[in-house]
This record gives sequence, C-alpha cells and structure tokens, in this order.
Amino acid sequence: MREIYLDNSATTKVLPEVAGVIQDVLTKEYGNPSSLHRMGVAAERVKTEARRTIAGGCGVKESEIYFTSGGTEANNLAIKGAARRNRRRGNHLVTSKIEHPSVLYAFRALEDEGFSVTYLDVNQAGQVNPEDAAAAVGAETILMSLMHVNNEVGAIQPVEEIGRRIKEKNSDVLYHVDAVQSFGKLPVRPSAWHADLVSFSAHKIHGPKGAGALWRRNGVHLEPLLHGGGQEDGLRPGTENMAGIAGFAAAARLALKSREKNFEHLQNLKSRFLAGLEEHISEVTHNGSGEDAPHILNVTVAGIKGEVLVHALEEQGVYISTGSACHSHRPDPSHVLLAMGLKEEEIGASLRFSFSSLNTETDIDQTLEILEQTVESIRLMTRR
Amino acid sequence: MKALFLVRYGEIGLKGKNRKFFENTLTKNIKRALLDVADCRIHQTYSRNFVEVVDGDAEAVAARLSQVFGIVSISPVAIAPLDLDEIKAVAKAEFEKITRPGVTFKVETKRANKRFPYKSPEVSREVGAHLLINIPDLKVDVRNPEIKLEVEIREHETYIYTRTIAGPGGLPVGVAGKGLLLISGGIDSPVAGWMSMKRGVTLEAIHFHSFPFTSDRAKEKVIDLCRELTRFGGKIRLHVAHFTEIQKELRLKTPERLTVTLMRRMMFRIAERLAEQRGALALITGESLGQVASQTMESINVIEKVTTIPVFRPLIGLDKEEIMNISRRIDTYPISIRPYEDCCTVFLPDFPATRPRLADVEEAEASLDIEALISESLAKTETLDITTNT
Repeated sequence: MREIYLDNSATTKVLPEVAGVIQDVLTKEYGNPSSLHRMGVAAERVKTEARRTIAGGCGVKESEIYFTSGGTEANNLAIKGAARRNRRRGNHLVTSKIEHPSVLYAFRALEDEGFSVTYLDVNQAGQVNPEDAAAAVGAETILMSLMHVNNEVGAIQPVEEIGRRIKEKNSDVLYHVDAVQSFGKLPVRPSAWHADLVSFSAHKIHGPKGAGALWRRNGVHLEPLLHGGGQEDGLRPGTENMAGIAGFAAAARLALKSREKNFEHLQNLKSRFLAGLEEHISEVTHNGSGEDAPHILNVTVAGIKGEVLVHALEEQGVYISTGSACHSHRPDPSHVLLAMGLKEEEIGASLRFSFSSLNTETDIDQTLEILEQTVESIRLMTRR
Repeated sequence: MKALFLVRYGEIGLKGKNRKFFENTLTKNIKRALLDVADCRIHQTYSRNFVEVVDGDAEAVAARLSQVFGIVSISPVAIAPLDLDEIKAVAKAEFEKITRPGVTFKVETKRANKRFPYKSPEVSREVGAHLLINIPDLKVDVRNPEIKLEVEIREHETYIYTRTIAGPGGLPVGVAGKGLLLISGGIDSPVAGWMSMKRGVTLEAIHFHSFPFTSDRAKEKVIDLCRELTRFGGKIRLHVAHFTEIQKELRLKTPERLTVTLMRRMMFRIAERLAEQRGALALITGESLGQVASQTMESINVIEKVTTIPVFRPLIGLDKEEIMNISRRIDTYPISIRPYEDCCTVFLPDFPATRPRLADVEEAEASLDIEALISESLAKTETLDITTNT
C-alpha cells in the first residue's frame, strides 16, 4: 500500500541528506563543543555554521541564535524569560487565543506567578486585528507574543503591522513571534516585524525532533529556564544536542534554498486539493481563507467524526490529523476553531491536511479518491 | 541467601486428593511471578512454602508474592543457628523491629529437629524471658497476643518470624479450568477477569475491535490491561475480533434503540464459538446489575438467550465505587480511564432500550445473516499472546 503522509504540521519525515549529516555527527564528529581539543573545535565549528544558516535564513546576526530542544522550549524561554526578567517594568502581557499550547500554557503559568494576561480574539479567518493588538498595549505591558502561522488552520498573522503598531504605542514592549510553522516556508523577517524574539523548530522542515532555536535580538534580556555550565551564553546551558543542531541546519539549508519553488508547489497542491474536495465531497467547509499559508488546510466535513475518518484513511495508507496532533489525546475541542467561532459539532467534524514539498499531485488525487468513498460510508454509519 | 519468606496457603490445603496438583500449581505460579525480580529457590513443605531469595530484590519479591492467588500470608523469616543464645539474640532483634510500648506478646516454638536439646515449651520460655528482661514495657498474653514470635527449630538452622503480610487468598490460577473474558477497555471487565483468576481460572480474553470507528489506541489499551492481569496468573491469550462489519449491518438494518442488545448478542455468539474452539468452559463479563442499559435483568435475559455456555458475572452485585476500588488496587484503573472510545460507547444510541423484548429482538435479527457475520468476524480475529514482559 502506498503511504501518503499529509500530516506535515505534526511532524515531517527526516530527509536522507539530513539523516546522513546526523549520523556523521553521532559517529564521527562527536566532540563536545566545550572541549579544548581538536574534536571540540570541530564541534564548535559545526555549531557556528548551523547558527549562520538559521540566522542567514531570516536576516539576523548569527550571534543572536540560541539552540534549544525545540519549539516548545524556545517559546517557553522567550515568554517566561522575558516576563520574569522584565517584571519590574510592568505586569501586563498580551497574546492571542489561537496560540500553540506551548505559548498558551506558558502564559497560564505566568498568570499563576501574578502576571496579568490579555488573550486577543481572532476573526473568522483566524487573524488578530492589528487595531485590537495595539489597543491591548499599555504602559504596563512588557511582552506581546503571537504566532506567525497557525498550526491548525494555517492563518497568517499580520505580524509586521502588529509589530509596528505596538512599538509605536510603547517602544519598550518586547515582541515575540512563534515562527515554528513558517520558518523555511514563508519569509521570516524579524527586523521588518519589529520583533525581539522569534522561535524555530527543526522537525517541521524535515529535520529531527528535539531541536529548535530562539532568535534573541541583541540587548534583550531573558531569564534562563535552566542553569548550568554556561553554554549558549548561559541562556540555554547543557551540552549541546549536536546531532539535532547539525540536522536542523542541514534541513534549514535545503528548505531555504528551495523556499520559493516549494511555496509555489505547496500552493498548487492546496488549491488542487481544495477544488477537488469541493467537487467530490458534499458539505465541506474550508476553515480559513485564501490568504492562508499554503501547507495547511483545515476543513469541516459535515456528518463525520474527525477521528473516525483519520482511522479510516490510515487503513488505506493516508495519514492526516483532526484539529491538531496535540489535541487528539484529549477530548476537548480545538481552542483555535472555537476562537474562530465554529460550533462544537463542526469542530468534531474537522480535519487538518498539511502538505510538504515531498507531496505530489498524485498524492492529492489519490487522497481525494479515497476520501470520496470513505466519507460516504462513514456518513452512513454515523449520521442519524 | 539474601532473604527468606514463609508462604502460607489456606484453602488449597483442604482439597483432598487434588492437593498435590494444587500445591504444584501454586509453586509454579510463584516461580513465574518472581522470574524477573529475583533468583529464588522454593522449598515446598506440608501446607507451606519457603521462598529463598538467592539474588535480587527481596522487597520486590515480597510485593510480588502478596499478589499470587492461593497465598494467604507471607512472613519474612530471620535465621539463627541451632544455639539457644543465638536464637535469643535473633529473636530480640526481630522483636525490636516491630515492638511498641505496652505491647502483649507470646512465643511459640515448633521443634521439627528432635535432636535439638531443648523441648519446644522450654525454648518458648527461654526466649520469652529473654525478651521480657531486655525489652522494656512488655506483657505476656498467651491467648490473644498482639505480637506472636514464632521459632521453628529445623534440621540445620532456626527460623524466626514475627511479621505477617496478607496475600490475596483465593486459589492458584490454573486449578479451575479456562474462562474467556469479554474485555472492553473499561474499568469493569479487567476487574471481572481478576476476580475469576482469584478463583483459579486461567484466562483467555476476547476484545471486539471496530476499526476505524475505534482506534488502534483502544486496542493498545486492552493489550496493556491484559498485561496488568498477567501479573496475577501468567500468559493471557487475547483474541481481537473484527467487529466493524457487524456494526455496519446493525446500523443499516436494525432499529437504533436495539443496537446495544443486538451488539451484545453478537458478541456472546462469537465468544461462545471461540470458547468452544479454545476449550474454555465459561464466558466472563464485567456486568453489574442495572449499571447500564445492557445490564438490566431484562437485557441480560434477552442477551444470554443466544448462548448455552455458562456466563460468569463476578461483579453482578458490586457498586461502581467498589469496582473502581478494586481496579485501583490491581493497577488497571489508570489504563482503563485512558480516553479512547471502544465500540460500546461509539455506537451508543441516545435512547437504548433498557427492557428489550425477545420477540422484538428476534424480529430485528431476522434480516441478518448471523452465521456469515460470525464466521467472518472469527476469520478476521487476530490472536496475541500477552505476557508480563511483552
């Protein structure tokens, strides 16, 4: 059976070139960058090159990149680190209702520490209104955190306009952007966004799990989450995950090099898929707008249970997701779709298809064919 | 030797000619239960076993022993040479581990080794006096002592013990024949399995899987539940029966309010067929009277009509709370509450019939090719052997 993997927002397959780099680091260049000898120097060089790749990919200085264990840690470090370090300047934080759990729950934890948090609403397309964002910022506000591309629906936030407007209102506000779902796929431009902190992850771009990074603009102070041997300027101590870092860099190089070509390819796949859905399956609603990122598509298929369709498709070699992967172990409905105004039954019938540059038009066409048959037979069983 | 445990068994001592079989089964079960925690030697004696821990974790051995059905209680044993002064010293040390001010006690001696120069009452007297002199604030009570210190004079050494850890009681798994447990993934059925094992039943289990309407995580959950149960009685063969086609047929051809009754009837038919093939003598379910629509007396009656094999319902008189307490005690609870749906909940109608009538049910089944559905389900059944370490 052919495997069609359309769950690339959950994670992606590691490319063979990337796996090769990782294996070399694990078995040949396995030194500790802190070691004084030649092996340490070689590892240090691998790390510097990796920094250069990530920094080059978004036009920032390489000395401002800090490697972490992934997007979740980068988000936590940025948000908790900034809030705790700047506490004496104010007590107010702002984010939106559709952030990734690693952002939302970091803010919840800060609320327990006594911070006050504003959670911005979104419109039906899943976007924050820059007007609202600016209005939420006051003299007490020390941090705003927003995601660039939403992981469940693909909505792109107007991060640049929001950055400009909040800085106009209060130039001291720190601005964090979670670019986990956009890096390597859309232009990521921290300086144009007026950002101070940006999070990245490796495994969404065909790199390994357990690797990510935080960009921190020079002069921004963070309180570290961990304390230890002083690696990464003391901001993220612990012996570096060299295999992850090298794999991240290798994956980033490939993604950045073909970014524009891939973008077009993904856009083509998505519109082909959406058109096919509308043609072959009745009562499908697109949860999002035409302006969304090209690799994520969220739809509601009336009369099915999302999870049942996921399992029915897996039986035929097609891998997709309901709402988002982080949600599928919990029965509560997606907070993103709720914020976009969907009803609970629509959320229960929602699916996420997420594409990668490895997907082909054949993948799309075969999935549509399988969907057409499967949706009908499930509707027969679950509709009353 | 790292440690020694005295293992007492009760009920099985009463079983006449079968006694040897019962004892051997228990010994085999003890060996299996300890296999992965310690290297042990087991000495079988009349109505008791001694488990000698040669190497490994003695605490873990005690914990495992306290879960082996057939065992009434366990005592950690201290060893002294065949010398009265040494016996007194060890007895004092053992006594001090559990004594408290004002406690009443008694010393009881058994002298299997008749060459030992003191008779049993003399040993008891000597040891008792030694304790009274050396440990403050003790009282002797020979009728109803709070602490009973037992001294056993054996061939090469003396065993001394004071503490008793309760075992689960019951009969050794394997002495009562085989039963087929209908396991859903919920809280009740694993408890029903455990209670059957307690009466010596060897378990096989059948789970009805309705992929894609239930997920592979629901199946994993059942595998994990069976694995927990293996700790009480060795390997469990799990049959995962394919139930999707039956669900579809019921959905398309029968009235919704009878779905649950009809589904249960199909499950019982398939289980009975499998039980015959596997040599199981009873079906076991986690039903508790009145708990849900399929567990009213009317439902149970109509459902059981499809079988001739005995159906055991060890939980029939227990409340949910009582079942949950056992489930927590045997560690199946955290697995049972994982949030994956099984076929009993996915297809639960809004208003299931609580008093189905046999005539209605049989009429609804008239449109089904029952024999074909059963054969198809059995043909697609997957068999897994679950052991503690798989």
